[in-house]
Amino acid sequence: MATEVGPTSVKAPASGGAPIHHAPKGVGEDNRIATQGRWAAWLLAPTILALSVVIVYPIITAIVMSFQKDAGLDPATGLFVEGGPAGFSNYYNWIFQQCPAPSGGTVDCPPGTLGAQFWSATGTTFFFTIVTVALETVLGFWMAVIMARAFRGRSLVRAAVLVPWAIPTAVTAKLWLFIFAFEGIGNKLFNTTVLWTGSEWPARWAVIIADVWKTTPFMALLILAGLQMIPAEVYEAAKVDGASAWQRFRMITLPLVKPALMVAILFRTLDALRMFDLPYILTGGANNTTTLSILVINQIRQGFNAAAALSTITFIIIFLVAFIFVRFLGANVVEQQTGAGKGKK
Amino acid sequence: MTAATSAATELRAEQDRGRKAAQNREKWAQSRTYISAVVILFWCLAPAYWMVVTAFRDVGYTYDTSILPTHITLDNFRTAFDTSFGNHFGQALLNSLFIGSVVTVVSLVIGVFAAYALARLNFKFKYLVLGFILGASMFPGVALITPLFQLFTNIGWMGTYQALIIPNISFVLPLTVYTMTSFFREMPWELEESARVDGCTQGQAFRKVIMPLAAPAIFTTAILAFISSWNEFLIASQLSSDATQPVTVAIASFAGAQPNQIPYTAIMAAGTIVTIPLVILVLVFQRKIVAGLTAGAVK
Repeated sequence: MATEVGPTSVKAPASGGAPIHHAPKGVGEDNRIATQGRWAAWLLAPTILALSVVIVYPIITAIVMSFQKDAGLDPATGLFVEGGPAGFSNYYNWIFQQCPAPSGGTVDCPPGTLGAQFWSATGTTFFFTIVTVALETVLGFWMAVIMARAFRGRSLVRAAVLVPWAIPTAVTAKLWLFIFAFEGIGNKLFNTTVLWTGSEWPARWAVIIADVWKTTPFMALLILAGLQMIPAEVYEAAKVDGASAWQRFRMITLPLVKPALMVAILFRTLDALRMFDLPYILTGGANNTTTLSILVINQIRQGFNAAAALSTITFIIIFLVAFIFVRFLGANVVEQQTGAGKGKK
Repeated sequence: MTAATSAATELRAEQDRGRKAAQNREKWAQSRTYISAVVILFWCLAPAYWMVVTAFRDVGYTYDTSILPTHITLDNFRTAFDTSFGNHFGQALLNSLFIGSVVTVVSLVIGVFAAYALARLNFKFKYLVLGFILGASMFPGVALITPLFQLFTNIGWMGTYQALIIPNISFVLPLTVYTMTSFFREMPWELEESARVDGCTQGQAFRKVIMPLAAPAIFTTAILAFISSWNEFLIASQLSSDATQPVTVAIASFAGAQPNQIPYTAIMAAGTIVTIPLVILVLVFQRKIVAGLTAGAVK
């Protein structure tokens, strides 16, 4: 069991894959799969239907909306304008940060308006994603290595890491807001007098620290699950052959834990790219902590269709990042997913 | 003393030294592990501890930084439930409980069939379906919120429970399906066959053998589903009203007596109330939850 690591274990049929409905005697494999296929279709139908209603339908609506003009007051004439087909203008306006001009046509959005924030929000989103995921990976790996060792109190540590994970993000945000208050424990502990949410870099670091605190446990547990799939004999053999601790880590631990690690990083990356709760509550998006998700939410009440275009752009960005991960970095989620259940124990 | 025996003594001394050094290294490694463990414990628990300590601290001493509990009072918990400043924390707790329960039950009832099919049947497009479900769970909430905001405004659903429950299903259902799929795959299904061989009917085999085995898996999945619904903020912050808002929204918008003073002690009390049941649940079912988390691999 334990030797089945990563994608190699995958193509084999799932361990529970024995057919439950026996085909009549003399009927071939094809027929049995067809029977199971019919059963599977019935069993999967409710889920597929539900997901189509709650996800596929809204997405299609959003895409349709994104090609419509927002009805509203024309800034030039002060008259109400009807919506109508917009072509790609909603997308164009976001990407080139254009706003409708009083004289018709478009001009650069004045600083401070939502339209002028697309690239800074994109930059902030990627900055948060890269920094938090990098920190979480390193810290999570370290925690996982410690938790994989045998020592008294190990179960206490494993229980403790679940605490930050279990606290709702909204509560986490308020808690760190309090810790980072000017007279709060954060400044006291580090003997600093930083106005954490008052300027760009402290505000960004406040968000990053809170996010790392909240999500590192998840990373650590995923990596720990990966570590536990590595059989101890491999390390024993390497030790006998005279491999140093660093060599064992580089030549055994890293390559063998890589499939699990890549999936963990992929999940965290996609999650960080849609980050909303923490900056929204902690800093309100002020001081350059507005992520793409926050920008969409701020836009909704100023025009559905422009918001729909921006949410579609966000969706495309996340999709592209996922695609790059799966295609070029070998994070095979589906295979890992199907293999994970068997290797782990 | 002959040369041979002195050589032997020297060798033994050498071995002794080697063993001592190895023991020392072992000890040093062990103590490093303990130091690391203490650092991890501190990092994970200290902020949570601070929340609880603040929750019990008198509001006049909000910024007291003494590490041990001081000026202990239960007033903050009363303030948390007080509705005179426009807070609806008590109602919000009930709302979260209601929304979370409905979302969990619906997702489990629908998802259990899909998980069974994905874990036990061979069929075409299996990986496509699995990929679709995984993709659905990674979906950014903001991509749903815009069309839903318009739709619910048009049909007058803004601020209703169904407007909060339906979008929650979009991310709880995928999580439910693939957590249960991984659990089901690990179950010893051969036992079903054995029960049949031993004379059970299909129904008996399911009731007496499969159900008891699947129950913990379903229960763990239910906890994970409930927690993720309980923690949801983005959709609720836009689509809920004062009457239907869940706890996350209530805490995020918690107001105090003075408009520009954040009532931290009351917020920490509310946060403690919201968190304690989850933490207890998580600690009691720790092993199962970790298994479910890493199987489903989702926050």
